[in-house]
Order: sequence, then structure tokens, then C-alpha cells
Amino acid sequence: MARDRHILGVLVENRPGVLARISGMFARRGYNIHSLAVGPTEDDAVSRLTIVVGTEAVQLEQIVKQLNKLVHVLKVIELGDDAVARELQLVKVDAGPETRSQIIEIADVFRARIVDVGLDTITIEAAGNPRKLEAMVDLLRPFGLREFVRSGTISLTRGSRSISDGTRARMRRVV
Amino acid sequence: MRITGAEAVMRTLEALGVDTVFGYPGGAIMPAYDTLLDAGIHHVLVRHEQGAVHMAEGYAHATGRVGVCIVTSGPAATNIVTGLTDAMMDSIPVLAITGQVASTAIGTDAFQEADVTGITMPITKHNELVRSADRIRDAIKEAYHVARTGRPGPVLVDLPKDILNATVEWEWDPEVDLPGYRPTVRGHGRMLREALELIGSSRRPVIYAGGGLVRAGADAELRAFAERLGLPVVTTLMARGVIPDTHELAVGMPGMHGHYAAIRALQEADLLVVLGARFDDRVTGRLDAFAPHARVVHVDVDPAEIGKNREVDVPLVGDVKVVLGQLLELLDDLAAKGRGDESVPDAAAWRDHLRTVADEHPLRCEQPDEGVLKPQTAIRAIHAAWGDDAVYVAGVGQHQMWASQLIPYSRGRQWINSGGLGTMGFAVPAAIGAKVGLGRDVPVVAIDGDGCFQMTLQELATAVQHDIPVAFCVINNGYLGMVRQWQTLFYEDRLSQVALPQDLPDLMKLADAYGIPGFRVERVEDLAATVEKAAAITDRPVLVEFRVDPDEMVFPMVPSGASNDEVVESAEEWHARRLAAANVGGE
Repeated sequence: MARDRHILGVLVENRPGVLARISGMFARRGYNIHSLAVGPTEDDAVSRLTIVVGTEAVQLEQIVKQLNKLVHVLKVIELGDDAVARELQLVKVDAGPETRSQIIEIADVFRARIVDVGLDTITIEAAGNPRKLEAMVDLLRPFGLREFVRSGTISLTRGSRSISDGTRARMRRVV
Repeated sequence: MRITGAEAVMRTLEALGVDTVFGYPGGAIMPAYDTLLDAGIHHVLVRHEQGAVHMAEGYAHATGRVGVCIVTSGPAATNIVTGLTDAMMDSIPVLAITGQVASTAIGTDAFQEADVTGITMPITKHNELVRSADRIRDAIKEAYHVARTGRPGPVLVDLPKDILNATVEWEWDPEVDLPGYRPTVRGHGRMLREALELIGSSRRPVIYAGGGLVRAGADAELRAFAERLGLPVVTTLMARGVIPDTHELAVGMPGMHGHYAAIRALQEADLLVVLGARFDDRVTGRLDAFAPHARVVHVDVDPAEIGKNREVDVPLVGDVKVVLGQLLELLDDLAAKGRGDESVPDAAAWRDHLRTVADEHPLRCEQPDEGVLKPQTAIRAIHAAWGDDAVYVAGVGQHQMWASQLIPYSRGRQWINSGGLGTMGFAVPAAIGAKVGLGRDVPVVAIDGDGCFQMTLQELATAVQHDIPVAFCVINNGYLGMVRQWQTLFYEDRLSQVALPQDLPDLMKLADAYGIPGFRVERVEDLAATVEKAAAITDRPVLVEFRVDPDEMVFPMVPSGASNDEVVESAEEWHARRLAAANVGGE
């Protein structure tokens, strides 16, 4: 069942509970979230979420519309296949004196960084697209994975355009 | 000038033009109730918080204004959850103000604490837990604005007690600043033209009119548009009356218990012009068999409704009143260019066909001349007595379907009921709220079932205490009639937990206990005279009980999950079909 994956960029007002509103809407309507990352933007009053959803195109349209109905959501865009998409991964792998150099070699191939070396483990930090990170984990697995953690995807479109183009004009209405 | 947060609540409501609130006091909201004493706001004291929110809904339904309810924290706030959900489903503008424990106590499981914004997040259009006194004014103002604009709905503002007691600098500012909230009001020009082109080239067009038309107050625009192009109109449960049932283009109600001709109109149509409706499953039946020949023009203020259940040929996002106005203007422009006829479909044969179908398939009810009273007859008598000026408010179940089918409605907002959520117990409080909003001159009649009535009958005390003269009509068949009907039809008549003894309680003694006149009709020959007597009482609440035939079932009926093509018009037809199906299976 090859479900499509779509990356959504969502600008929201930086208010308490906004993440709960969004995750609650996904849960309530039965939409599937692969990953979700949230962080600040160039504007203090605005946060940006990157949501990776697994769904067909028809449902994607409905998801975008439902997101747009949330009062604190300012803008929703879909990031296409050509967008820059990155995840951050930390991997703690078993490493004795005889395997340490091989592991470091693998890290080098993936342009990952060694962030901690212990007596019997190495911790590696890698950023990249999900496929690259998975490939690295596959190569490290035979050495013995202690644990690994990966962030949700964050993503930007290529070129000069910005998600916030056009959202600066604030609406003021008389009741 | 510095005032308390509680005073800011009242001043904001006053500045917004709120003159009536429905509510119930308690610990956390007490500062607001103290300032209420000095505010120019009429407060209706209910008997249960669910009553407050349904009254706010009834008020909003009947008047088009925002209904406001105020309750305290914890159990009071959870008691309004059903009403908020109801308002969400039926797009009713409601502002709910709830007290909350002091902000310093939030998260400690304090007395009467509940996470009310968390609980109501999926059942409100928006909500806010106010975290400082200087947000009170804007939070309430924004809530009011969000409730009434775009697709209307309930909005909740949660006010911690310490914030109500804090002081704040007061100045009124009518502007609203919500950068993420921009409902589209006007329809897109190209889509408007495409809609008219599709209509002009259709042969079997139908307007599928929904509750959005009532919310928008678009009766006149709908009528003008339908008449101009000669389009037959079906009105959903939420839109009954938005075109008068006596109008020659009105075909009645579609859906599970709709009028036969209205169901057929949708199934046979080659074009649906959907106005403020949302392809609810109770209208469509099995979705993939619904209106199989029809292309679709869909007008809705909520873009998420367009394409949600049914693919659309021409989407038109906008306020349906405004969009209809634009379409009428466009027709004027075309007429001025001598192209007025292009959009008028060649549908005379279709209109004749629908009239024939309607004539050949009337609603059926065999009422003997004396003795047993059929519920349908009772409802016809209610309409005869209270008339076309009255507003009718129903609960949920058989009585609701009969009241929707049988009363010829003449305007939007004349028929108030719980459609999307199907909330039993809606009628009594909603009728009280409607009457408060409409005032002395418009009679308000609650048509309720005996099951529904017992869910909210405590609000009779509210009607008495506040002198709100609603006529409460209870169609008493001693059963949860609609559940019983399903058990009869789909569960081999195995009746499970549906009997509600007709004498329990004795409704005449109940009327007596509340100090209001009570009337009971048991036989059809007594019907007219008794109802007339009850309807003559206009200065105080009155309770009328109709003891009706418990075996009567609502038809037509599209069995749940079946195609609209499988509509059944009577119990006899149902049994004959079952028998035929069994015989086929046996061979």
C-alpha cells in the first residue's frame, strides 16, 4: 500500500495550545502524520510547522482546508518534490577498539559528525534527507545500535520565494 | 479608567450589543455574576447548564444573532459540551463564557477544574483560555466575531477567576485583528459564469437548499434565483421553509425520511445546485448511488465542505446570500445584453414530471374518524391551531421527522431542530431561547417526543420563572419511537429498552407541579377542541400531551446505508419487499 507522502509547511500564530489544535484536528479526522516538527521563524509572533502526512491527493486537499479553518493558522503550503527536506539524526552505536575506525569511516561517508565517544559507544550526528539517514542506520546496525533518535522533517522551497510572502498584510475588521 | 476583569466582560458584551444571556452561576464565574447585577444585560437563569447552551442556540437559530451563555467551571462547562457540539454541527453562532479556576491553580486538579479548552477544542469553531485580564476584551470580541462570520459556529472563552478579579485599563476598540481568519464572502467571477452556463444547459436541474441559506438569511435571494431560472428546490431538514412549501417550485425535503418527490428529484437530476448544504449522509444515503446523473455546482462559505463528500464541477466559495446576489446581477447583465435566456434551462417537462411524482406519492397516514390518535394527525392539528406565524421547535426522533414533513413552512428560521448531532432534549430549551429572542408577538411551539422531553423538562421552571410563554407539545407514544422503529424494521421486532411508560411521569400532574395549564388529548375526536383551547393561552407556558398510536412509523424511509433508490413509502411496502427478498433467497 504505497500511500503518498506530502510535506506541508504551516505558519501559525505563536499561541498556547496551537500544536494541540493541529494534532487534535489530525487525530479527530483520522489523518495520518508521519512526522511533525515545530520551531520559530524569522518573526517572533509566528511559528512554523512542517508536517509530513501519508495520504492520497484527494484527502490532502481536505487536510489543507481543515488546517486553514483553524483561526491560528496563517498559511499552509505544500512543498513539492524539489523542496529541500532535512531531518536530524543522532545514533549511539556499539564501538569497541576493533570496530571504532570502521564506524568513523561510515560516518565520514555520510558527512556525519562524531559528537561523543565513550569506552564502548560512539554517538553520531547526521543531517540529511530521510533516505540518506536510513541508509546510514542500515550500515551501522550490524555494529549494534544502542539507540537512535530522529527529528521530524523540516523543509523549505528552493529559489527566492518564501512561505510568508503575502501574509504580512494583516487584516483589521470592525465588529 | 481601571476596572475589574469581570466588569470588562460585561462592558465588552454590552459594547457588542448583547442584551440577553442564558446562564447559571457557580464558584469560578461569581465575579462576573456580581458585575452582571449592574450591567444592562438580561439574564435567564436556567436549571441545568445544558439548558443554557440550547437556549442560546434556539435564540440564535430564531433571530440570526449570536446566542450567549455563561456558566462556571468544571461540571458546568462539561454540561454545555453537548450543546456546543450541536451548534458546531448545525453552524449556529453561540458564544460560551465559562469560569475557570484561578490561573495559579490550573493543572493542579483543583476543585471544579476541568481542561475546558482542551475538551471543547474539537467541538468549537474556536476557543481561548484567557491568561491575562487585558486579553478579556479582545478574546470576547474576537470570539463573537468568529462565531457570527464565515460559517457560523460556537466559540468558547474560558476565564480564570483571578483574571476576573484583576484590574485592567478599559477602553472600547471595535476592531478585530485576526490575521489567520479571513472568510471568503464573494464568489469567484469565472465560477459564477460557469455555474450559469451549467444551469442553462441542464434539463433536470434541482436546487439542493441547505441550512446555510437560513444562516445567511437568503430567503429572498433564493426565491428570486429559483423563480428567475425556473429551478425546482428541495429543502433539507435544516432549510425547511427557506422557500415556502406552498411555492410551485418547492419539492419538499430530501433524505432518509424526506418527501418521495424530493428524493426522486435528486436521484434523477442532471444538475444539482447545492446552496449551503453539505451532502450529509442522511440526505445522500449510500454516497456512491446518490444523484448518479448529476453534475454539481456547490456554493458554500466553508471551502472544506466543497469536494468533501462529492466531487464538484463548479466550486463557489462565498456567503450564499452574497453569491446568489452576484448570480442575479450577472443574470441582469446578460439580460441587458439580450442574452437573458441563455441561463434559463429548458426544464418545463422536468417540473411537470416532479409535480406528477409528488401528486402520485403523497405522505400516507390512515387516521380513523374516532378513537386512536395518529401522531401525524396531532402534528397537523398543532399547525392548524398555532398557524403559519408560529415558530416550531422539535427534538429528535419520529416527532421531529413528522413535524418536518407535515408542517408547510413558509420562511427560514420558522423551523428549529437539532439536525447534525441529533440531540434529544433540544426542543424544550431551544424553544425557550427562541421565544426570548422573538418576543411576545411570535408564538413558539415546541413539538417534542416523550423521550426527549424527559431529558430537559426541568427547564419548564425557567419558562415559568421568567414568564416565557412557550407551548410545549409532547407527542407521547410511550416509546423511544425511532429506536423502536429501527428495532421493528431491522432487528425482527426485538424491542430492547425502548418502552417508556406513558404515565411516567403523569404529564398533567407535572404541568400542575410547575403551575402551568396542562391539556391531554387521547382520542382524535377531542383533538381540535383541546388544541384550540391550549393555543388560546398566549400569556404563559402551556403543556399539551398527545397520547398517540405507538405503532405508527415514519415513512418514506431510505434504510440506513442504502441507496436513495431504495426508498420505501409504507410499512406494507417494507414487509412486501422483505418477503420478496426472502423468497428469492429461498429458491
